[in-house]
Amino acid sequence: MSAAGPILEVRDLHVAYGGIVAVKGVSFEVANGETVCLIGANGAGKTTTLKALTRLLPARGTLHYDGQSLLQRPPHELIGAGMTLVPEGRGVFARLTVAENLNMGAYCRRDKVGITVDRERIFGLLPRLKERAKQVAGTLSGGEQQMLAIGRALMSRPRLLLLDEPSMGLAPMMVQKVFEVIRSVAAQGVTILLVEQNARLALSVAARGYVMESGRITLTDAAPALLANPKVREAYLGE
Amino acid sequence: MDIFIQQIINGLTTGSVYALVALGYTMVYGIIQLINFAHGEVVMIGAMVAFSVITALAGTASPLPPAVILLAGVAAAIPACMAIGYLLERIAYRPLRHAPRLAPLITAIGMSIILQHLALLVWSRNPLAFPQIIDNPVFSIGGAAITGVQIAIILLSVALMAMLTWFVYRTRFGIAIRATAENVHVASLMGVDANRVIAATFIIAAALAAVAGVMVGTYYGITHYTMGFMLGLKAFSAAVLGGIGNLAGAMLGGILLGLVEALGAGYIGELTDMCKWPLMNQVFAERCAADGHLVLMGSNYQDVFAFLVLIAVLVFRPSGLLGERVAERA
Repeated sequence: MSAAGPILEVRDLHVAYGGIVAVKGVSFEVANGETVCLIGANGAGKTTTLKALTRLLPARGTLHYDGQSLLQRPPHELIGAGMTLVPEGRGVFARLTVAENLNMGAYCRRDKVGITVDRERIFGLLPRLKERAKQVAGTLSGGEQQMLAIGRALMSRPRLLLLDEPSMGLAPMMVQKVFEVIRSVAAQGVTILLVEQNARLALSVAARGYVMESGRITLTDAAPALLANPKVREAYLGE
Repeated sequence: MDIFIQQIINGLTTGSVYALVALGYTMVYGIIQLINFAHGEVVMIGAMVAFSVITALAGTASPLPPAVILLAGVAAAIPACMAIGYLLERIAYRPLRHAPRLAPLITAIGMSIILQHLALLVWSRNPLAFPQIIDNPVFSIGGAAITGVQIAIILLSVALMAMLTWFVYRTRFGIAIRATAENVHVASLMGVDANRVIAATFIIAAALAAVAGVMVGTYYGITHYTMGFMLGLKAFSAAVLGGIGNLAGAMLGGILLGLVEALGAGYIGELTDMCKWPLMNQVFAERCAADGHLVLMGSNYQDVFAFLVLIAVLVFRPSGLLGERVAERA
């Protein structure tokens, strides 16, 4: 255990996507208990970075989670180590029921009692899911699916939660609700790395942020400072 | 009427076998979008292994009761087929997992040919008489006959399909299989080892194929190294009919195909008897006066029906009876 060091440490990460280098030497870190966001325009390489972290894309560089290199680990071993991704576009299993989706989040866990407790806790946090537990996930609205994707990830009892564009394609009302949930998850002490195009929202929940442009990190600062930064205001806050 | 009932019984029997084999096609397709053309050969190997075991045990002075010998045949065929299913996936398909889709498809056809010729080397090129060791009582219902073997095939198939459904819908691993079929990346993020799930799918499909192989051998009393080809093609048609990738579809498609085939074979002679058609019986008046019948197509055209159904489905409902979004995934 490396209590002192960051839970996630990325150094000089390069990711190529079918011949195109989408991430060109990115470095950042996330400390235990912290909420950090990675903001940037569409195509900046944010999702590619997360895919490399979760081993869905091959990458070069240093990827350390909890002091250990991730590069040799297959994707299915990460969740057991406490690192869980809520993928872009939600990625719920549309033909599985809501309850089955949640159970998939706990696939690696063997503590039946703990799973039941967590499921009830998530139903408390996201009551809509409880009402629809027996429904097939494909019949949920976009916002409900996003809630389910987050709930499913929480079922793994993550130490580091990676969220990829949780606001994407949602109505403004729903976006607010999703971010309320993210805040309450952060308040429970889960470390969060949030990737968002919606910079204002992301910076409103995160303590620190990194700005990504064309595969590189161009700016990093505390969230209030980024919100006040003229460049950020112009490029990402529409001012 | 008794022909009708008889053909329903026969159709349910062959349909049950088609359903078991079709499940193998549909499960593998559902998980890696591969049409495993070697699956019919796995059925054949199942029949062949059972043939060898049963023949070896059922000598003249065999002390074992026939039912035990038959069970021993099944018990040998299942693990043999499971091993072949696993090896197919591991050696032939896994290295091509990320290759263009045509590569694994052609490989599947190649594996089918290889398995056929291995069987030819081991079991000879001749049709082999599958030992008929158990009593096969005949019962009559509504003027039609149903044999003990037919009853056993239908009941066992239903039981296996129920077990598979329970496994896939009610167990942790079964749910992981369905999750992987839907989105392999997200399933792996949930901690599912995709390689294990895919291998397990091949193994389960092969176990069902083994049982189907023994059923075919027992029912028709014959095995041959090419028997898997036509059977596999029909079961594949059944899977497409039901909607490939869909478990319930494979079961429904298999049963329906068996029924269509049996009823078609039962009635095609009558329907193509020119002497029964108003205009035609005048055209062929002489022949009809002489022997009363002029049948154009006999029941040997039975195999045509499966493929007529396949063509009709592909034309009118490409996603199959219970399928959805096949076009998107294909």
